[in-house]
Amino acid sequence: MSEPLLEVKDLRVRFHTEDGVVHAVDGISYSIEKGKTLGIVGESGSGKSVSSLTTLGLTRRFRASIDGQILFGGRDLVSMPEDQLRKIRGNDIAMIFQDPLSSLHPFYKVGKQLMEAVLIHRPVGRAAAHARAVELLELVGIPDPKTRVNQFPHEFSGGMRQRVMIAMALANEPKLLIADEPTTALDVTVQAQILALLQDLQQRLGMAIIIITHDLGVVAEISDDIAVMYAGRIVERADTESIFTRPQHPYTWGLLKSIPLLTSPRDEELVPIAGRPPSLINRPSGCFFHPRCPYVREEHKRVDPRLAPVPDSPGHSVACLLSPGVRTQIWQGLEAGRQPEELRHEYVEAPAVPAGAGVAAPGVAASGAGVASSGAAVTGVATTEVTTTDGADAGQEDES
Amino acid sequence: MSVTGGALIEVRDLKKHFPIKQGIVIQRQIGAVKAVDGVSFDVHRGETLGLVGETGCGKSTTARLLVHLLVPTAGQVIFDGHDINTLGRDALKSLRREMQMIFQDPYSSLNPRKTVGSIIAEPFAVHGLLKGEGERKKRVQELMDRVGLNPEHYNRYPHEFSGGQRQRIGVARAIALEPKLLVADEPVSALDVSIQAQVLNLLRELQRDLGLTLIFIAHDLSVVRHMCDRVAVMYLGKIAELAPSDQLYGFPRHPYTGALLSAVPVPDPRGGKRERQLLTGDVPSPANPPRACRFHTRCPKAQQVCSEVEPVLEDKGTGSLAACHFPLTIEEVRLRLPNALAVPDQASSAAASSDNGGAAAGVPASTSGVPGSSPLPDSSSSST
Repeated sequence: MSEPLLEVKDLRVRFHTEDGVVHAVDGISYSIEKGKTLGIVGESGSGKSVSSLTTLGLTRRFRASIDGQILFGGRDLVSMPEDQLRKIRGNDIAMIFQDPLSSLHPFYKVGKQLMEAVLIHRPVGRAAAHARAVELLELVGIPDPKTRVNQFPHEFSGGMRQRVMIAMALANEPKLLIADEPTTALDVTVQAQILALLQDLQQRLGMAIIIITHDLGVVAEISDDIAVMYAGRIVERADTESIFTRPQHPYTWGLLKSIPLLTSPRDEELVPIAGRPPSLINRPSGCFFHPRCPYVREEHKRVDPRLAPVPDSPGHSVACLLSPGVRTQIWQGLEAGRQPEELRHEYVEAPAVPAGAGVAAPGVAASGAGVASSGAAVTGVATTEVTTTDGADAGQEDES
Repeated sequence: MSVTGGALIEVRDLKKHFPIKQGIVIQRQIGAVKAVDGVSFDVHRGETLGLVGETGCGKSTTARLLVHLLVPTAGQVIFDGHDINTLGRDALKSLRREMQMIFQDPYSSLNPRKTVGSIIAEPFAVHGLLKGEGERKKRVQELMDRVGLNPEHYNRYPHEFSGGQRQRIGVARAIALEPKLLVADEPVSALDVSIQAQVLNLLRELQRDLGLTLIFIAHDLSVVRHMCDRVAVMYLGKIAELAPSDQLYGFPRHPYTGALLSAVPVPDPRGGKRERQLLTGDVPSPANPPRACRFHTRCPKAQQVCSEVEPVLEDKGTGSLAACHFPLTIEEVRLRLPNALAVPDQASSAAASSDNGGAAAGVPASTSGVPGSSPLPDSSSSST
């Protein structure tokens, strides 16, 4: 599979508000192939929803400015005129929203809303569209679709409404389905049903799925690849297994360690991420995560890291100023149940005593030596180019 | 369930039915939503009891009944020896000092027009305590410091705080009167993932330091496991299973508990794909619950008797109370819930504490309890 279905290149979305410019999405790039699932993980305000709404051309508001490219089948959705975009939206690319109750019109029967989705894009008659609506309800596992098609949204339960939303999204057999927090409002039992349904439909219809969520459990179950977003940027991107077994970014560590797991010891202390997500108007200097990062060094407050490949982990990239060796050591420490402060003392604050670190952790002598050298060298490959371009870039945008 | 000396609260056959009315001028009752329909349990001093279940199972209603924010249709809530439903107004007011609540939504549970200082001082005003201005301020600032808020923010308004900080304000207000009981109704579900841990850690710390009894309601089973000593699983207004956490998560007995656990997504792709035990359909309406065992319409193990005879909540031989005619056996748990038994120690401890499992003694107390690898005896399941 060489040609990606969707390719997002350096997408930037800014909203001009009374308080200043909100940098909702700040230069993200990703691509997704046919039949694959990409999970986008992040907290509220990390830009994950804005980036997907932009893909559908739904952020084109009068105060937003959008730069970059979103290539779908070789055509750029950002510069595409509205009438052409309409032909793609709901047809080739469809979306499922978080709250199924407010996304369905309460006044119209479910069947009518499903038919609308078909009639807009297909030259078919009403009878055929109605038959398709029944077929769609059946496809998403709603019992007795012939009766249900004539009911109103309030007659459906939360899980059933989400199934209706999925049916509507699938009406024209989209190539790409964007699911924005599709299970957040649902109970675990229903969530499991919906996730199983999405996976089943993906296999049968061969569509690609972008799933946006804050729940790492959900993405672990369903995604092939994961992008972790923080403050409008992708800070780490890899295949699902690498994200969970070799996470590289301190924010990803924070996410993984701050949620209790059914499989971890019950009395294990949770390690919260200190502070709170930054304002997207006055973003921090340097690395956006530095005010909350336990492993911050002085230069991290000035230098803005850019996404760079992780050595020895193909397809894995991270935007972090710590050296790969230090990152590996810290993650191993966290996995062993050690506290961030302790690891900070050992690997971040005391780079002048590398011998101790090297000896304490045998087999990582090479990276220990990396720690020994000066801070600039430690940051290494990932950031040399960054200091020149992006550091300046971010600084200027903030001031303006 | 005899009355134990350690019980702070004894709940006996508690019911809350909300009437469904018809008519505009002359209303008559045409039915009732049986939100809570006969639950009995004890809450021990100093413990954390979790209430879990799907939307509409009655967990929030139960919590509100416990602190007398709702008046029950029938049944008793005995708090520290007093039946709170028979108390007079004054006695109830003084008892209310002992029980406080933290709400789900930190945005709507704080008055936006009051300063944080006066919000946290409200309980003192209500109960006529700490009348002196300076005295009250000093205490409020101590409380703010205690929950991790900056005491200098005394005069700020709720909108100046983030969601996590607002929840801390709610916690400070709840602990102001040094209650014995704290009821937390979904305290973290409105918060961002990275903030949740901060509030959970705070609650645990406060409980340890202040000796609080905590009732913790959540729909997130992993969070409940992390926080609670014992867990009650509710389904359609009744308790399906009540067990110590390790027991409940290691060896669930009620098929509903099993289904809930099996539905939890595991953020670890190394576990491999599991064969899920998916519940079909939705929770039936509590206005018209199924007869006998309320779970029989969705239960994978349901038989004829389940729709005829209501099972009672009783000890199933492993220290778990479950209301089920055909509780899960260890083999079924092993097949359907590999992640439950993957929890170290629990499989073996569940089997070892089994009353009838003479063979259970032969189970090696391996800490690795990997599914399939531990030679659990076939006879370890209790006979019904």
